[in-house]
Amino acid sequence: MVVARGLTKRFGDFVAVDGIDFEIGRGESYGLLGPNGAGKTSTMRMIACMSPVTEGTLRVLGMDPAHDGSRIRGRIGIVPQEDTLDLELTVLDNLMVYGRYFDLPRRVIRERAEQLLDFTQLSERAHDKVDPLSGGMKRRLTIARSLISDPEILILDEPTTGLDPQARHLLWDRLYRLKQQGVTQVITTHYMDEAEQLCDRLAVMDGGTFAAEGAPSELIAQYSTREVLELRFRDPDTDTAGIAARLEGLAERFEALPDRLLLYTDDGESALTEVHRLGLAPDSTLIRRSTLEDVFLRLTGRSLVD
Amino acid sequence: MTITTRSGAPGDTTTARRLTSPTWVRSMRYWMYQYKRTWRGSITTSFLYPVLYLAAMGLGLGSLVKGRVDGVRYLDFIAPGLLASTAMQIGGNESMYPVMAAIKWLRTYFAMLATPLTVIDVLVGHLAWIALRLLMVTSIYLAIMAAFGTVHSALAILAIPVGILTGLAFAAPIAAFAAAQQNDTGFSTIYRFGLIPLFLFSGTFFPIALLPGWLQPVAQATPLYHGVALCRGLVLGRLSLASAGAHVAYLVVLTVAGFVLALRSYRRRLVT
Repeated sequence: MVVARGLTKRFGDFVAVDGIDFEIGRGESYGLLGPNGAGKTSTMRMIACMSPVTEGTLRVLGMDPAHDGSRIRGRIGIVPQEDTLDLELTVLDNLMVYGRYFDLPRRVIRERAEQLLDFTQLSERAHDKVDPLSGGMKRRLTIARSLISDPEILILDEPTTGLDPQARHLLWDRLYRLKQQGVTQVITTHYMDEAEQLCDRLAVMDGGTFAAEGAPSELIAQYSTREVLELRFRDPDTDTAGIAARLEGLAERFEALPDRLLLYTDDGESALTEVHRLGLAPDSTLIRRSTLEDVFLRLTGRSLVD
Repeated sequence: MTITTRSGAPGDTTTARRLTSPTWVRSMRYWMYQYKRTWRGSITTSFLYPVLYLAAMGLGLGSLVKGRVDGVRYLDFIAPGLLASTAMQIGGNESMYPVMAAIKWLRTYFAMLATPLTVIDVLVGHLAWIALRLLMVTSIYLAIMAAFGTVHSALAILAIPVGILTGLAFAAPIAAFAAAQQNDTGFSTIYRFGLIPLFLFSGTFFPIALLPGWLQPVAQATPLYHGVALCRGLVLGRLSLASAGAHVAYLVVLTVAGFVLALRSYRRRLVT
């Protein structure tokens, strides 16, 4: 459905996307993860044929966005990072106006709108103006709107940012159902749980390039250990790096934070026994499974990106 | 539930090829939906303003004007000028805040560009909508002028297309300006130093021959002067083909130049 080779986006001297390669197959849910400024949105906007490719090749549905942008956009649905709903029109009119951009007959739009509003649980608000709706409702309406043209690929840029947990779970459920109906999805997010829930395969982006790519479980296997043992210390001046040195060999990798020491190991329990045997007494301990978040932080670092 | 089956099923109207609408028409439809919300107030205004202006300026102020202006009653003199000035104002209003809203506040242009529409469709659709608004407003204006007995030639009907052209000659370059703005502060400058002085000094209320000598060529260089002269000539039935051609050419050139600039400024703003 989407093939990119050496895909590059530059704004003046700034390189937003630096020669990435990827392929997205039919029916697949593909995620782009990364800190702010990693190049996710720029990549998405190129796939959505809303932003010209600076260099490299990109094919969407077998076509070149440079020449067939309009035709491609006719077959994809786009959920932008910022809603572009018309706040002064009603929910239904927003769908109607949007469907008319695709030149769908009014009757077809009305039929689909009814189904889509039902699907996104907005039927009761069909004749209300958009402005007073909650953030979650607006987001759902944006998704309903992107589906009005019955797209083959759905492009979602941070679909649940700023939503409460209920709204997020409802959206995830709807996206999962769409996936089951065979709609290919490309999703950016910086929520790891969202990526794990929704994506068959994902790429971790950093500085405009791919730091890693694969299924969530593969990435965890490759870039982290099965378990993580967290040793927590109440005293913020604890020399966690020094402790790590004493525990050398107990774990595959250590991460020393001001109040915590993380031990990446396949067997957290036996590592903990060993820690106690060495006479260490952390204030609290936690053994947990490795998550995508561990992978993400390992690949993109803990420092804040602004 | 399932969402409507993918297009291609027999009898599916999306694939059963019917006549497709030109893409710019699709973006114009948005503005028509928008207008659904405000059309009552807008149409009322379109009727009320000409009545108020013609009554106050034409009949009221005009009663103080002894004798004839440019060979006609004062009311007859200002009525066609007011029509052209109104077209300018509509063209200006519709290409400032609505353009800014479509870029920044509601981001409607971006919604359009996520569909098969392109930048040129977005611009042409918006200008086409402005032309439609101008058609409504100038038609109503002309009807009211007729009711006031100020229409003296069958050619007056051409004041409608001239009004549309005059409005677009402002709308296109102003849209180019608006699309390059980061906020709306520049708009008050356009009103203060553009539209309002033009309204007052382009021959609407008095012949520009009464202006100081050095100001006359300045007035003649402004677009509204040409719109006013055209409308007046048509409504009073005293326009030479040569001068009509010159006025129209001026307004067409300005509209086309404005369109080219607007397309450039839209591309720069909307496609990054």
